[in-house]
Amino acid sequence: MATMNNEPTGFTKRPSRRLSASATKAPLVPSADRRWSLRRRLTVALGGFGGLAIITLIVAPLVGPTPITLARVFDTSVPFTENVDAQIFFIARLPRALAGILVGASLAVAGVVFQALLRNPLATPFTLGVSAGASLGAMLVITLGLPVAMVGIPAVPIASLLGSLGAASVVYTMATLRHRGLSTTVLLLAGVTLNSFFSAIIMFVQYSSDFAQTFQTVRWLMGNLDVGGFQPILAALPLLGIAFVMFGTLPRALNLLTLGSDSAAARGVDILRVQRVAFLSASLATGAAVSLSGPIGFIGIVIPHLIRLVVGADHRIVMPASACLGAAFLVACDVAARSVMAPLELPVGVITALTGGPFFLWLLVRQR
Amino acid sequence: MLQVANVSFAYEKHLVLSDVSFDLAPGGLLGILGPNGSGKTTLLRLLGGLLRPSAGQILLDGRDLGSITKAGLAKRMAMVPQETYLAFDYSVLEVALMGRYPHLRTFEVEGPEDVEVARAALAETGTANLEQRSFMTLSGGEKQRVVIASALAQFGRRATDTGRRPVEALLLDEPTASLDLGYQLDIASTIRRLNNDRSTAIVISTHDLNFAASVCEQVVLLRQGCILAAGPIHEILRPDTVKDLYNVDAVVEHHAKAGHLTIVPLARRAIDTPYGHNE
Repeated sequence: MATMNNEPTGFTKRPSRRLSASATKAPLVPSADRRWSLRRRLTVALGGFGGLAIITLIVAPLVGPTPITLARVFDTSVPFTENVDAQIFFIARLPRALAGILVGASLAVAGVVFQALLRNPLATPFTLGVSAGASLGAMLVITLGLPVAMVGIPAVPIASLLGSLGAASVVYTMATLRHRGLSTTVLLLAGVTLNSFFSAIIMFVQYSSDFAQTFQTVRWLMGNLDVGGFQPILAALPLLGIAFVMFGTLPRALNLLTLGSDSAAARGVDILRVQRVAFLSASLATGAAVSLSGPIGFIGIVIPHLIRLVVGADHRIVMPASACLGAAFLVACDVAARSVMAPLELPVGVITALTGGPFFLWLLVRQR
Repeated sequence: MLQVANVSFAYEKHLVLSDVSFDLAPGGLLGILGPNGSGKTTLLRLLGGLLRPSAGQILLDGRDLGSITKAGLAKRMAMVPQETYLAFDYSVLEVALMGRYPHLRTFEVEGPEDVEVARAALAETGTANLEQRSFMTLSGGEKQRVVIASALAQFGRRATDTGRRPVEALLLDEPTASLDLGYQLDIASTIRRLNNDRSTAIVISTHDLNFAASVCEQVVLLRQGCILAAGPIHEILRPDTVKDLYNVDAVVEHHAKAGHLTIVPLARRAIDTPYGHNE
């Protein structure tokens, strides 16, 4: 480092810096070379949380009423058509685990992005009415008994996706209509209002529909990762792909948004563009995830905070780490949901909140 | 370096600034003084390129602010708001490194040079020893100086290092509004040092006349969006201008020990204010 140093003032206080470093909670930057340090922190975080996600993805399909082993699943001496273990692993259980990975990762990152966009740590992927729109769409299809499938894809996910995108565009239009740029205050208020409004419609339709339809809707609202095959996953993948590519451009700008939009703009951030990309990508990811599994709560708020407690606030680490931990956590919760009271299956949202809630509270108490 | 020519600005239909003109010389230290609501912050946001004038022009070295890219502008002009609240907790060094944003491409990571610039900026504001602290745990005065460091990091190296003429400007919005006496002195000395050592041009908006008198060479008095007077501070700051500005009777005299003008407010004038207040 000394080779680059033609300005010694910044380096003279090294010993006292060490002293203060030991008395702080802020993430350490152990070396003068920040690039190395960021890369290293990213590698450690991705290695840890990414590894966790991969392990859950492999272990989850092994758990179920019919016991199977990895050795027999990957036994190449038996052709696939005769390998029952491989068939159970790949056809019956893997789609469900994959759905968990995609939904968990999407909701966790969408949570991070909404929290940064609204500068509000209490924001979730569902705060801005995206999931209420999705629920309304799904419920209308279920209650009105619309055709089961359109172009091979079931009508419910399509309706819920349209519902979520519709809600997102209403909220976005409200926030940009009479404002210079995008008003995050209006975004938040319009989102919360839309949530109540859609919930009221859902309640009204529920009240006037018959028992079987109500039961079906309530089940959908609880969230379920049993997607039934690879088809729905493949359908959601392009949307999630677009959302994640957009996420990729955001982290450093989101760091600056933390300072407030004026300070960020004064540092050269194109505020309106960043807000647009953040809102669109997070809404798209949430909409696609909810259309796949129904609204699964808790992940979008707890995972980002958990990750920040562990790795600090830099979005370049928080976003990928949240994606990995969100994926691992949801898949693990789903395994618990289908095995705790087997053969009875619990809604996975029950498990995410029951297990994650107390743990998160404990973390909060421990930190203070 | 900075020319404000006949600038007016209106939010919706409400006129906030009308026909404001003044110049800022390279390395100058200008105070924008005025009561609350006189348009100081709006003027500062216009100077920083965050707002566009409704009429008139703001030129940076002869170029209209609107024609300069956001990153290009950020490398030469930095802004420090009255108070900075972080939505999430970053370390002091991370906050200083945020100033490097205009120098990096979308996927680029800060390199050793950026860290060096950020550390030098922290050293210049006397906060190098706080580098690893969490920003949220700092006192108000420390936060303000760290944010100034983050703003300085936008400029890159000290202009004097490159041997070229300094062309940077720092805009400070009410830098001492929420600070106690001790921290006010800290900020004042930081501002003077930056202006002397780096030749950073500085614009300060404030309603605190004594603070302005302790640091500013030139002042612009702003009342209800119009310039009341502008020029060297010892010529402009007089009992009659203070009365016009704040409707307050005051003693304005040079203080031998302080080495600058001091203003002692004596009494609020009667109800016939030019603001139409009913008090």
